[in-house]
Amino acid sequence: MAIESLSLPHAASASSDRHALGWRLLIAGGLVLVLAALVSLSVGPTGLTLSDLPRALLAAYSGSGAPADVHARLVLLEVRLPRTILAAFVGASLAVAGAMMQGLFRNPLADPGLIGVSSGAALAAVATIALGSSFAGPWVRALGIWALPAAAFFGGFVTTIVLMLIARRHGTTAISTLLLAGIALGAIAGALTGLLAYVTDDRELRDLTLWSMGSLAGASWQKVLAITPFALVLLLMTPRLIRALNGLLLGEAEAFYLGIEVESAKLRIVTLTAAAVGAAVAVAGTIGFVGIVVPHLVRLIAGPDHRIVLPASALLGAVLVVVADVAARMIVAPAELPIGIIMAVIGAPVFLHLVIRRGGALSAP
Amino acid sequence: MICARSLSFAAGKRKLVDGIDLDLVPGQFIAVVGPNGAGKSTLLRLLTGELKPTSGQVLIGNRELSSFSADQLARRRAVLAQHTALAFPFTALEVVLLGMTVPGLQAEVGNARQVAFTMLERLGLEQLAGQSYTTLSGGERQRVHMARALCQLECSGTPPDETILLVDEPTSSLDIGHQLIVLDELVRQKRRGRSVFAVLHDLNLAAAYADEMVLLAGGKIVAAGPPSEVIQDERLSLAFGCQVCTNRLPAGGIPFLLPQACAAAEVCAVARKSAATYS
Repeated sequence: MAIESLSLPHAASASSDRHALGWRLLIAGGLVLVLAALVSLSVGPTGLTLSDLPRALLAAYSGSGAPADVHARLVLLEVRLPRTILAAFVGASLAVAGAMMQGLFRNPLADPGLIGVSSGAALAAVATIALGSSFAGPWVRALGIWALPAAAFFGGFVTTIVLMLIARRHGTTAISTLLLAGIALGAIAGALTGLLAYVTDDRELRDLTLWSMGSLAGASWQKVLAITPFALVLLLMTPRLIRALNGLLLGEAEAFYLGIEVESAKLRIVTLTAAAVGAAVAVAGTIGFVGIVVPHLVRLIAGPDHRIVLPASALLGAVLVVVADVAARMIVAPAELPIGIIMAVIGAPVFLHLVIRRGGALSAP
Repeated sequence: MICARSLSFAAGKRKLVDGIDLDLVPGQFIAVVGPNGAGKSTLLRLLTGELKPTSGQVLIGNRELSSFSADQLARRRAVLAQHTALAFPFTALEVVLLGMTVPGLQAEVGNARQVAFTMLERLGLEQLAGQSYTTLSGGERQRVHMARALCQLECSGTPPDETILLVDEPTSSLDIGHQLIVLDELVRQKRRGRSVFAVLHDLNLAAAYADEMVLLAGGKIVAAGPPSEVIQDERLSLAFGCQVCTNRLPAGGIPFLLPQACAAAEVCAVARKSAATYS
């Protein structure tokens, strides 16, 4: 094509401005995440702060047995550091899962917590604990520390597939059907989870708040290790779905016209979403609204292109949950609030804003 | 370039497309016309590869359509669908750039923006490039998607005479001025060697712009050939179930027609005859 030489006028540069804004958002998100992580390492009921970190590191390196050194090492390196890492991972994966689900269902209201995917994952995790000593025993022993996240992944995957079968007709998703079916599936999963927790006498299960409202209180290096393979898979696979997610925003037929193998792309998106949600739920229970608040914010700032939406959601989701976890530890210290309460206080108004702004268009895709 | 051989498609018991043979060669503009439910859009979707035929086949350059991967197809044909919904606030320019995300496209980032902007300009959208898609009117959205489809082929790296442009009612939401802009663009693309396949509702525009017309009714081809052969009163009246009267423009002898005002009873009689013939 003979392209006339022309300079892009102001109207066209708006989009490129937005692209530049996206990059700035990524850089800012990274910096804020580092800051939030430092704050998370610094605060807690023991009164140890970041200035104790060199002492803790030295103690870990030299194997010093002085009580103050051991204390600093335990609190900073064995409690707060894995907890901060887990919080960042949970936030990043829930936000990315939300963004992918919204792309898949072509609707900004889809969220793994709202449509029952997290509850499905929690049910599978709880069932693994409850039945781990009976007939699921060999399977649980074989998978070791990965049994819980694997089960949660499976639970989230099955729930998403069921949802797709219910809510999708002729290539489009009726969002009202999706939300209502999600609520129903979430309720069923929640009820079964509660039932399992009461008919078994496993002490871990008695802590129902973990599975219903989320908590990072049990963070450990073992849990970090348990989710590492999931984090790696997400990190490697998600970038390959960007083009498919962008194409699917136009609809399945259009995505096919643009060269996307739609069915396999959908399956990969569902699988990755379930992996993200499953791993997050396995270590922190169900935490709602991260997947709706963060991608919404990112799209407001930088537009809906998944090249920016996915990495920016990961960064800002990590920031949000790290900060929310700090708040959960500090507000009623030395006790702890379930992090789900903090997220609901932040997330529910954003969700309401989305619903009100979209008004009667809720039924439209 | 693209051919249909005994192409049929059935939904349940209803045959939407019934034994169609069609040849579209490079540099040719075929317009498909016909009444509602004649199978025009179904035929187009079969040719895009989106629908799989119940029987018969589609060939692109002597190779079966189903043997192409989605990527390969996307580098050889672009499609403007009848309806495209986009719930997220991309700008018009970003929507067009989505058309350039096919793997193996040769556009570099800076060049892609230039191509996209040039195409928006040709379709009269340069002022709206930075506007959010969700705030555009129906006609503006349609032209944005048209620009996207054109850019897809533009950056495909495939020689124009090996590419196909399939458009489904590209002028349905447009005012008369923009209808002409879009049809002129289709002709321009055809002259560069692309094969153009358009579903059109406006018989007069189809006759004025297309090299060949295909008249569909009841999923079958009723007539095919140059507009002057296809546009005949009796045939059109029967296909559309209403009285029409053909005239010819003095210059070039392009046929044009006007629907005839007549009594409702008469319309019904023609419509019944039409239904009996093509159902």
